[in-house]
Amino acid sequence: MNQWKNFSKGFIKDNPVFVLFLGLCPVLGVTTSAYNGLGMGLATTFVLVMSNLVVSIIKNLIPSKVRIPTFIVIIASFVTMVEMLTEAFVPDLYEQLGLFIPLIVVNCLVLGRSEAFASKNDIFSSVIDGLGMGLGFAFALTVLGGVREVLGSGSLTLLPDIAEFSIYQGDGMLVFVLAPGAFIALGYLIMLANKLKKKMY
Amino acid sequence: MEYFVIIIGAIFVNNIVLNQFLGLCPFIGVSSKVETAIGMAGAVTFVMTIATIITYILQNYILIPFGISFMQTITFILVIASLVQLVEIILKKVSPPLYQALGIFLPLMTTNCAILGVAILAVQNDYNLIESVVFGLSSAIGFGLALILFAGLREHLDLVNVPPAMKGVPAAFVAAGLLALAFMGFAGLV
Repeated sequence: MNQWKNFSKGFIKDNPVFVLFLGLCPVLGVTTSAYNGLGMGLATTFVLVMSNLVVSIIKNLIPSKVRIPTFIVIIASFVTMVEMLTEAFVPDLYEQLGLFIPLIVVNCLVLGRSEAFASKNDIFSSVIDGLGMGLGFAFALTVLGGVREVLGSGSLTLLPDIAEFSIYQGDGMLVFVLAPGAFIALGYLIMLANKLKKKMY
Repeated sequence: MEYFVIIIGAIFVNNIVLNQFLGLCPFIGVSSKVETAIGMAGAVTFVMTIATIITYILQNYILIPFGISFMQTITFILVIASLVQLVEIILKKVSPPLYQALGIFLPLMTTNCAILGVAILAVQNDYNLIESVVFGLSSAIGFGLALILFAGLREHLDLVNVPPAMKGVPAAFVAAGLLALAFMGFAGLV
């Protein structure tokens, strides 16, 4: 039960994007379609789970004065891995995400979970926490990407060629694919999350 | 002329915050007062310019000759983290008033993705040393401009009667969207 709570808190109650406002740069930068958001979310989840795992394993070996640089090096190694893996296996996604893959290093969400959770808890709960937070992040990115894609171009792409849906015909509101739409859509989604949270808790 | 294009491009057309979405955490986090926004803008300008120079040198004289450019992310973030520490120590000794003014914003700089982002962008765009410096500096000015404008907007936003669920961050995001819309008017300038 406790582990379930630990896992599910990332979706609404402590959602990193809608409630905690962590790691916002990729949230707005890559969510031009649901697929890009999902890809970025899963890449971040991988880094989050692995760095939480490693940090909680070696937490007793790290002197507390140099813990932040240590965390950053651990995170940066996994980010480099993700960078190479996406370039090799999903090159089109790699092109789309571009600069934002190396920038996972400075995503405050990843460093924040290492510092606030993994360095204080046992291995299993740290992995569960990373998975829950990561999937909550991926969920938020997919929702935002979906909203922007539907409003902006009238289609919804979860997986190219496999799950592509056309919602309506004709031109969408182009502004939602461009920068201003990202800010406005996120603003309204945070408002919705606020309302939901009030009802549920 | 090409420097002029880089400067206008980085400040207005491809504004680092409003168009590239880099450095959003400080943009939302420290923009509730104009004074703190000015402090943050100063600190970012300082660190970003120096970071661009140092990462340029590292990239072209160490990473590429030794064929280890896959180490870019790790190297750059370590350079930036130690640079921030170094700047903090030097400023404390050399110019205590400036240190007082920038104070709390310096440690925050390590996780400001605008700094790493601009360093990587300068490498990706194949700029030479002088172009990199100009690019770093003007990106930082663009960041400062957006941050200070937005802080001014938010000071007014606090006084406005908005629905309770929109209060605070959601309203700030919508305002940022409108600001970004205004900056889109600069597209096509260069």
